[in-house]
Amino acid sequence: MRVVVDYDLCESNALCMAAAPEVFEVRDDDFLYVLQEEPPEELRAKVEEAARRCPKQAITIEG
Amino acid sequence: MGGQRIVVVGASLAGFRAAEELRTAGHDGPITVVGDEPHAPYERPPLSKQVLAGTQPPAATAIHPATGSIDDLALDFRLGASATGLDLAARTVLLGGGDRLPYDGLVIATGASARRLPGTDHLAGVHTLRTLDDCLALRAELEGAPRRVAVVGAGFIGAEVAATCRGMGLDVSLIEALPVPLERGLGPQMGAVMADLHRDHGVDVRLGVGVVRIDGEERAERVRLTDGTVLDVDVVVVGIGVTPNTDWLEGSGLTLDNGVVCDETCLAAPGVVAAGDVARWPNATFDEVMRVEHWDNAIAMGAHAARTLLAGPEGAEAFAPVPWFWSDQYDRKVQLAGRAGADDDVEVVSGSVEERRFVAFYGRSGRVVGVLGMNQPAKVARWRSLVEQRTAWDDALAIAGAAA
Repeated sequence: MRVVVDYDLCESNALCMAAAPEVFEVRDDDFLYVLQEEPPEELRAKVEEAARRCPKQAITIEG
Repeated sequence: MGGQRIVVVGASLAGFRAAEELRTAGHDGPITVVGDEPHAPYERPPLSKQVLAGTQPPAATAIHPATGSIDDLALDFRLGASATGLDLAARTVLLGGGDRLPYDGLVIATGASARRLPGTDHLAGVHTLRTLDDCLALRAELEGAPRRVAVVGAGFIGAEVAATCRGMGLDVSLIEALPVPLERGLGPQMGAVMADLHRDHGVDVRLGVGVVRIDGEERAERVRLTDGTVLDVDVVVVGIGVTPNTDWLEGSGLTLDNGVVCDETCLAAPGVVAAGDVARWPNATFDEVMRVEHWDNAIAMGAHAARTLLAGPEGAEAFAPVPWFWSDQYDRKVQLAGRAGADDDVEVVSGSVEERRFVAFYGRSGRVVGVLGMNQPAKVARWRSLVEQRTAWDDALAIAGAAA
């Protein structure tokens, strides 16, 4: 599984961080940082939830 | 419920996410999704912003599953079909045209409809904004280069439409019967901040006045206000709230009270769950029975209701989220995690209201119930957990103060 964020769409709403804090972090500069671009399979449900909860549909999961 | 038939009534966000969750959770029986609009599921938030402004094509609003395509979900869509009745005893949904859909499990996600201004149905140029078709009709009017737009109602839809129209260079009057915009969503103090935001962007903000009537021959020409003012207008957009779509459930035996009344697990009756704008349920995090019209709640509640349906009454869990929404107006991003009532204590804990970059807490009954941010997404995200944990008001203020 590979996480791809479209930073042209991302507005740092930070709902992805609430769903999968192991993978997504919005820091004090209000930018999103992907902590693991290829997270382990056991995080799939959380990462999928992060993708669903993104108000800008900026998160794509490949594989 | 493996192999059994599930019917989802409502093909918007809550209904779609419910259907997706049913598949994710392993339900392999037939799922029928009934939608009264002709369109495949789409996102509504861009309708008052990017799609209305013409910066995003309507096709970009299509809702996708988290992985794969919508076809992978093997949903039997009945689009352009209205549910007209529910026979709980026979476990059957009735459709307009006489079709009957038997079910083993039912998800009610029929959403809500925009309220209209009485006496304006015969006038062209008076719009509500709820559906994609509403958006395209309003968009077509705005492309005709009107000069003056009156927005009636300064809730989130009205405020966003006002901001979008200003961005298109149109003259905008924003008319609100309450003393400030967004009072229902943000309370009076922060509503006043939003009024200033709109004034700074050149909106003619008129507060504490109602609409007497809209005059015109065939089209809306003038809006008459309760303070005697008459505004010449080319287009009127009405954003005065919504009514949950429960007409089809009258007499079904379900409890209806400003929505479909559910228990804490989203269950409305045996084998029947409800989710999204149409559902009212007791949220234990807030000791409050609520109906939430937010985008994020439609996703979370749709999925939760699906899990309740599959788990059955023994295994179902309570749905007790911290509601969350955002609103983009001009270059400001407003986010609220939790609740914000008119009688709550409000305290700015970070940033500056004057600079329009701040976080404010809402307090009620000795604890923090809401975190409002303007252009401060990281802090809203961090302090949302204070609401989740039902943190005492003084403790929440101390934590925010220590971080500032």
